[in-house]
Amino acid sequence: MTRAGSIRLGVVAGCVAALELACRMRWIDPVSVIPPSKMALGAWKVIASGEYAHDMLLTLENVAMALGIALVLGFSGGVLLHRFARLRRAADPLLASYYAVPTFIFYPLFIVLFGLNRWPLVAIGVMFAMVAMALNTLNGFERVSPSLRKTARVMGLSPFRETFLVILPACAPYIFTGVKLAVVYAFIAVIAGEFVLAGAGFGFKIAFAYNNFDNSTMYGLMTILLLVVGLVNGALTAWERRLHERTGGR
Amino acid sequence: MPEIASGAPTGAHSAAPPIAARLKGVTRVYPGVGRHPPVQALGPLDLELQRGEFFAVVGPSGCGKSTLLDLIAGLSRPTEGVIEFEGAPVTDRVPEGVGVVFQEDASFHWLTVRDNVAFGLRRQGVAEREIAERVGHAIAFMGLREFASAYPAQLSGGMRQRLCIARTLVLRPRLLLLDEPFGALDQQTRLLMGDEVLRLWRETGATVLLITHALDEAAMLADRVGVMSARPGCFIDMVATGWPRERDSTIVTRPEFGAVTARLWSSLRAESIKAMGTLT
Amino acid sequence: MSTDRMRAPYAAAWRDRLDTALLVAALFALWQLLHLFVGGDALPSPMAAARRLQRLVADADFGANAFETGRAFGYALLISWLGGLGLGVLLGAHRLAGEVFEPMLVTLYAIPKITLYPVILLLFGLGVSAKIAFGVLHGIIPVLLFTMTAVRNIHPVHIKSARALRLGPTDTALHVLLPATLPEVFSGFRVGFALTLLGTLIGEMFASQRGIGYMLVHAMQNNEPEIIVALALLLVAFATIASAMLLAVDRRLRHAA
Repeated sequence: MTRAGSIRLGVVAGCVAALELACRMRWIDPVSVIPPSKMALGAWKVIASGEYAHDMLLTLENVAMALGIALVLGFSGGVLLHRFARLRRAADPLLASYYAVPTFIFYPLFIVLFGLNRWPLVAIGVMFAMVAMALNTLNGFERVSPSLRKTARVMGLSPFRETFLVILPACAPYIFTGVKLAVVYAFIAVIAGEFVLAGAGFGFKIAFAYNNFDNSTMYGLMTILLLVVGLVNGALTAWERRLHERTGGR
Repeated sequence: MPEIASGAPTGAHSAAPPIAARLKGVTRVYPGVGRHPPVQALGPLDLELQRGEFFAVVGPSGCGKSTLLDLIAGLSRPTEGVIEFEGAPVTDRVPEGVGVVFQEDASFHWLTVRDNVAFGLRRQGVAEREIAERVGHAIAFMGLREFASAYPAQLSGGMRQRLCIARTLVLRPRLLLLDEPFGALDQQTRLLMGDEVLRLWRETGATVLLITHALDEAAMLADRVGVMSARPGCFIDMVATGWPRERDSTIVTRPEFGAVTARLWSSLRAESIKAMGTLT
Repeated sequence: MSTDRMRAPYAAAWRDRLDTALLVAALFALWQLLHLFVGGDALPSPMAAARRLQRLVADADFGANAFETGRAFGYALLISWLGGLGLGVLLGAHRLAGEVFEPMLVTLYAIPKITLYPVILLLFGLGVSAKIAFGVLHGIIPVLLFTMTAVRNIHPVHIKSARALRLGPTDTALHVLLPATLPEVFSGFRVGFALTLLGTLIGEMFASQRGIGYMLVHAMQNNEPEIIVALALLLVAFATIASAMLLAVDRRLRHAA
């Protein structure tokens, strides 16, 4: 392990230990924050009971649907923007401001439109994730060196083969960045939606536990979420880094 | 730990010390990190710079030329030995009266040429009127008057180096340290810049230490050239050129010039081969 | 076509602006079409939204709500910007510390921070400070990360120059490090702005009795799509205009780089 890595481990361990101590000694109000050991216990109970499996699955389904739609729409959007320069220039200012707009505000509107079911969640997930995918796809296409296209032309490749055998592999690292961001954003949007208002789902369960003063469950669920997101994000980032290194990218 | 020798106090108004800078028994060892053993980058090395002389340092790659400059400037500390500037020991801060021009472009890209040159003076709290006068003079001296309101990004490499020289010059350094300042420039520009530096040297009366890898440049510009060995660098030869103070790049036409360059190369050749070996 | 743009760059820029306006008009047209498709009870028309917004703004209550949101957002933004800047400088300057904390911060960035809201509410209670905390939670990390990267990427020769010019540490920080990093730091500010706004609004939607976020949720609970759309229109306009202004500043900061 690198020096930084071991220090990091030490810092995390230290913080957890400090929190544990602070809670046990009642320096922090035990009603608000429970000791990490109890959090872990809560997480364990959640998993062991299996009661939350249904909601977890629901959330994952929502994320998957939002992700799928966002990837397709985002990729197509990126391709279109790349293909039609005029559209790109027209959309530039709007795209630059897209993530400045709190698109989450459309969530209540979607609920009015679709009802209190999964579709507002999927919709908001798509809204969040789609543009990141589009922008990164576009970025990837733009970074393809003209020499690659010329080489494909010299080799006499058809446009179809040129795209799939040369261009896409060359863009792969950047498109993958788009995919990674789309995953993260879809997750964030869906869980946020479930949290604020939903009938079921992982985020809903956390809010439910909070409203019922069930701290043990609430923190248990949060811990699980933290671990899952941390692992998924870590794995995607490591993969992304390897893709960039392999293609000699920065 | 370096010995702190008690140097004579620098009387600002009495005669300035004849030795501008002195190094005695100086070494620089980089401590080992992890599995890597410590590296002796420089020394042991002795050097005395006479006040007002133009001294050049040549040597193979990696011999520690830049380290030497950093040590004299106070940008780094020696592992052993004493470094003095005008009789006073050099510590962690760059001594007042020392100016440095680096190899890389050190211009501040967010400031205009004029603001770049004025930068050091402004930080010292000099009055704006005096700043304007001195900056104007320095900019004119370095031939940048037309570009005074331009940003470094709009200038060529040579102009940016002139800007860095002007920025140092305006502070009236008594010792000017130049670390391969023309390394990134093409040959013609280098020759012209050499003339500029000579003019600068004559008009300011400063002591100049020039680090360069170009033997002809060292032979042409300097009163004395020190040849450094491969790492750890020490001086293996000192060549006095004996040029008159009023000189410029046309000195290359003199027959003595060839002799100086030849001598430099004969001293340097074996060391360069040694250095190349250690590069692999 | 491209030589066209090179020869007359101003004309080209105006053509692009016109195209953008056309695109925006097309989006409004799309909205109108959707409205006709799903009906006014589900999705009010653009005109209806505009009219409702006019009435809302004139309404006495609205001022109080807008102020509530604005106040929380303002404080949160200040803390996000300044706190992120300070911490970013520290972590960027101290290599090891930066290396240690960066992965943790990046992970924190990716977590649905909303799930930490209950903790914040438990710690801060139901009030303005909780809202500010929500905003800061979202906004501080990008500012920190961008600043940290900017500080790390400072060209070493600038630091050497500062020493060669005999600058003290404060002068070095203020007159060399700050201007050298400003463009990238400001990019962090822009992202921080957007996320702080988002955090504040979501916080209001989740747990507040006042503010624009609350108005949105309230309107949803009372099935008043007109209000929702009107508020959405307002927020989109605000965010877009603010973002455009920040982008303009950003562009000016990069003129010299």
